[in-house]
Amino acid sequence: MSDAARSPADNAARTVRFRGGGFRPLPRRGIGLVAFIGLIALAEIGTRAGWISALTLPRPSDVAIALGDLYQTGLLWKHLVPSVTRLIVGAAIGASLGIALGIAIGLFSYVRAGLVPVLAALFPIPKIALLPLFVIWFGIDEASKYALIAFGTFTPTVVATYGAVDNVDRTLIRMGQSFDLRWWSIVRKIVLPGAMPGILSGLRISLAIAIILLVAAEMLGAEFGIGAYILEAGALYDLERLFAGVTILSVFGVLVSAAIGWIETRVLAWRV
Amino acid sequence: MDLKLQNLSHGYQGLTVLGGINLNIRSGEIVCVVGPSGCGKSTLLRLVGGLEAPDQGQVLQVGAPPKGCLNPLTYVFQDFALLPWRTVAGNVGLVLEDHPLSRDEIADRIDHVLERTGLTEFAGALPKQLSGGMKQRVAIARALAVNPAVMLMDEPLSALDSQTRSILLEELTSLWRRERFTSIYVTHNLTEAVQLGHQIVILSRRPGRIREVIRIDTPPNARSRADTELQRIEQDLWSLMQAEARAADAELADV
Repeated sequence: MSDAARSPADNAARTVRFRGGGFRPLPRRGIGLVAFIGLIALAEIGTRAGWISALTLPRPSDVAIALGDLYQTGLLWKHLVPSVTRLIVGAAIGASLGIALGIAIGLFSYVRAGLVPVLAALFPIPKIALLPLFVIWFGIDEASKYALIAFGTFTPTVVATYGAVDNVDRTLIRMGQSFDLRWWSIVRKIVLPGAMPGILSGLRISLAIAIILLVAAEMLGAEFGIGAYILEAGALYDLERLFAGVTILSVFGVLVSAAIGWIETRVLAWRV
Repeated sequence: MDLKLQNLSHGYQGLTVLGGINLNIRSGEIVCVVGPSGCGKSTLLRLVGGLEAPDQGQVLQVGAPPKGCLNPLTYVFQDFALLPWRTVAGNVGLVLEDHPLSRDEIADRIDHVLERTGLTEFAGALPKQLSGGMKQRVAIARALAVNPAVMLMDEPLSALDSQTRSILLEELTSLWRRERFTSIYVTHNLTEAVQLGHQIVILSRRPGRIREVIRIDTPPNARSRADTELQRIEQDLWSLMQAEARAADAELADV
């Protein structure tokens, strides 16, 4: 093309348009809190203005008052302590058995061949449906609740753990063998830390399930506990107290998630 | 300690990868193994160190390993194989912890070996903070920490860029000058082979057999890149391998 034939536009310099970026969520501090406050404020304004009826949703400030009452009467601790104990004991049993079995499935051909189908059969069972069975096996007391929570935490932990063990870099294991490390050293120093990211993300799910099962177990038979408190409030159609109980559960969830996040930043600092 | 490879053969699912390898590795010598891709170089190394059991033949250790040797046959891997959750010192310590050494002895060995490889100031760094060259230095330090009789090096410089590769190659040469280590050094890089090897073993295309063994009598530390004799050997090696490398490249994988 000769210069004379070029229109002026051909010579104009244009900046290259940016078209990368996105598809990569970054941490944004405080936005989570804003979302919470925004939703609560919306409910508060709606119930006060009347476009949300008192039967649909209790007023957040009333729920706060119910929570305050619960604290002042001392009932809060009476409900909270047994619930937290059940959650910790049950989840600890379930998660530790789950991690142990998950590692065994990840390492031994026969354990894997034998147990993976069994797990596939156990996983979809709604564990709550088995509570009557657990009551027969372990009695009406705490043991049956621990068992239910443990069982519910166990299955997702096993699945997450053996998946995580499968993803451990085999060249690291061969390296360990080539230096004559003991079998147990390889498991403890190479397999377990290598599987830790997967195990922890599995625990996030397992522990949320543990909270759900905690409430279910307490609804079916407990004098004290957050589940019992919610059941009682629900039976009386006391929406404020019902929501007070639900709020406590949400706080449980947030705390568990924060705890795992904290463990991840400490234990997984080596990740790129 | 010398190594004797006797009639070593191996295959995977009926496909012979290595056929009848006989080789002697003398103490204090570097034996470079070169060959077209897929000729079983890495398999050979895994057989020698016992990470795989040969279908036929055997690997013999002749004589006693050196004093203070914790792991006679020690690998240096192409992809470093460092534990990302352990520091440099921790990675070296890993291979000492299972031996009957006191805490002080382990710390001494780590300090000593990091000093020998120039890594002292990196002792507390995690692998993710290190460049590729540094990672391989750590892996070499880890291998030296167990005072090996033979180092089995599987393309140790192949994952590095060419500048780092030249620097590490020089370091290996000066390491040999100081420590006279014994090694089987697998590589596809003929320059590395010519610079380091006392013997250069050329394997044929699959099934890998020894096609030729070339001896270079100049010790590695006395060789220079400008040496025309070495350049001629490298040319010869390449002309020996060229046709095979071409054929290996055009081969369909049976996987």
